[in-house]
Amino acid sequence: MKHRGLFISQLVFTLFVCAFLIVPVILSALAGVTENFFLGIKSGLTFRWIGEVLNLYVDTIYLSLMIAVACLAVTLIIGLPAAYVLSKIGGRTARFIEETIVLPVAVPGLAIALALIIMYGGFRDFRSSWAFILVGHVLYTLPFMVRSVLAVLSSMNFRELEEGAASLGASFWQRFWTVVLPNAKPGILAGSLMVVTLSVGEFNLTWMLHTPVTKTLPVGLADSYASMRLEVASAYTLVFFVMIVPLLIAMQMLSRDSKQNQKVMEDLPSDKNFQVSDRPNMRNTEA
Amino acid sequence: MQSSEYPRLFLLIFPAAIIFIAFFAVPMARLAVVGTTGEEGYAAYLSMATTPRHFESMVATVLLSFGVTITALIISTIAGLFLVRNSFFGRETLISMLTFPLAFPGVVIGFMVILLAGRQGLVGTITNALSGDKLVFAYSMAGLFIGYLYFSIPRVILTIMAAAEKLDTSLEEAAQSLGASPWRVVCDVILPALKPGLIASGAICFATSMGAFGTAFTLATNIDVLPMTIYTEFTLNANIAGAASLSIILGLVTWVALFVARSLSGSSVAASA
Repeated sequence: MKHRGLFISQLVFTLFVCAFLIVPVILSALAGVTENFFLGIKSGLTFRWIGEVLNLYVDTIYLSLMIAVACLAVTLIIGLPAAYVLSKIGGRTARFIEETIVLPVAVPGLAIALALIIMYGGFRDFRSSWAFILVGHVLYTLPFMVRSVLAVLSSMNFRELEEGAASLGASFWQRFWTVVLPNAKPGILAGSLMVVTLSVGEFNLTWMLHTPVTKTLPVGLADSYASMRLEVASAYTLVFFVMIVPLLIAMQMLSRDSKQNQKVMEDLPSDKNFQVSDRPNMRNTEA
Repeated sequence: MQSSEYPRLFLLIFPAAIIFIAFFAVPMARLAVVGTTGEEGYAAYLSMATTPRHFESMVATVLLSFGVTITALIISTIAGLFLVRNSFFGRETLISMLTFPLAFPGVVIGFMVILLAGRQGLVGTITNALSGDKLVFAYSMAGLFIGYLYFSIPRVILTIMAAAEKLDTSLEEAAQSLGASPWRVVCDVILPALKPGLIASGAICFATSMGAFGTAFTLATNIDVLPMTIYTEFTLNANIAGAASLSIILGLVTWVALFVARSLSGSSVAASA
């Protein structure tokens, strides 16, 4: 009987915490499709505000998507080889390099943005192009790609597989494309989802790096929070949620799968001389 | 690994290294130097002690971050332990709901606080209906606290759940069979076992709160938390040296906190994403 009481009080507490996180999201979604939020739902539902948002801010949505795709391409091109090298050399050197490339996540975006502006702000064309924002996003998301791929490569015996392929006469690039990349696929997928999600939502760096012609979605959001009526701001936030929630769901499904695989892998002999301290995740992201 | 592979490995990591050096290492070093070029020179790095505004901003930010960390740890331990220990219908959904806000940018979290405690917010509507007084606190320190708590809980709860999954329940059973009260079991068995996870997630939470800009930007029109102070120094006062030195200090604080988290958590605690 006493146990039951404890269970219920803990459940109520947990539900309360969930409500704290979810109720504002629901309120915002509702406000975005309500005629007049102050009067409530009874004033009627409408897509007017969404239409207004698309009218005013559609450029920011395109720019955010474009930067996210470009950012993914860059982090794949430079991040995959880097992760491969780190898993190959292993040991302290790899740990040190890993620790170093994670620095842009540990330092607040504001500081990195200031540093970039002081260093490259004088190059007018670069400063006013979206490539300037892309640079910031690549710095911020690269660690997530590298560590995500590294975690997968370190948890399996890809070196033996690679040596086997080499002994059969496969060239390096053949091995890279047919052995390393297919085996690293779960890490690449998880890393890619994380990079796109983080890039679409990045604000701290972007707010400093943007110019009036290079506004991303979160920059537009800040703009609308400061100057638009609540319904428009909410509708804009709703558009953002619609973009980001599918990515989050995919990420959760992926991590659930990998958790199950991990249980299988724990029984298999694996490469113990280089262990990644922390599976990559979004806990270290900025707010 | 044969040493003949070294040139190739070097070539493979070269592009990442170039981007890192050109766009992070060198600009950050430059930022640190620029921090000394103001009227005060190297003393700019001591401005925390000499400029009252900077000192107050630092104290406020540290106190706020510390308070948020403690509160988030308490809330997340209770909810996290509950979710790990019990299986019931809807558990997975609750976990998903608790972890979704991880990807929300700070500005959006600021807006969530406005919807909760702003002028047309939920709290205001409820208190207005109950007592006729409209409670509005979104734009105060309390609003910031709520916002920081909003982004901290998901971060902390994940780490705590990962740590709690690894707890050895036989120790608790042993303690119970020896006559320990549930409260003693929590204090003497569960909490010590969770300690590395608590410290690690606390450090992450502290670092995130110290550096949080988006939430403060949306809410804090007149509260000087450190990132806002840096922003105002840079944009309004054009005090580039001051902004640079303060950012370097802030960067060091958050980096140290995260470094502590990473070295303490080891491979055992944060092994699941």
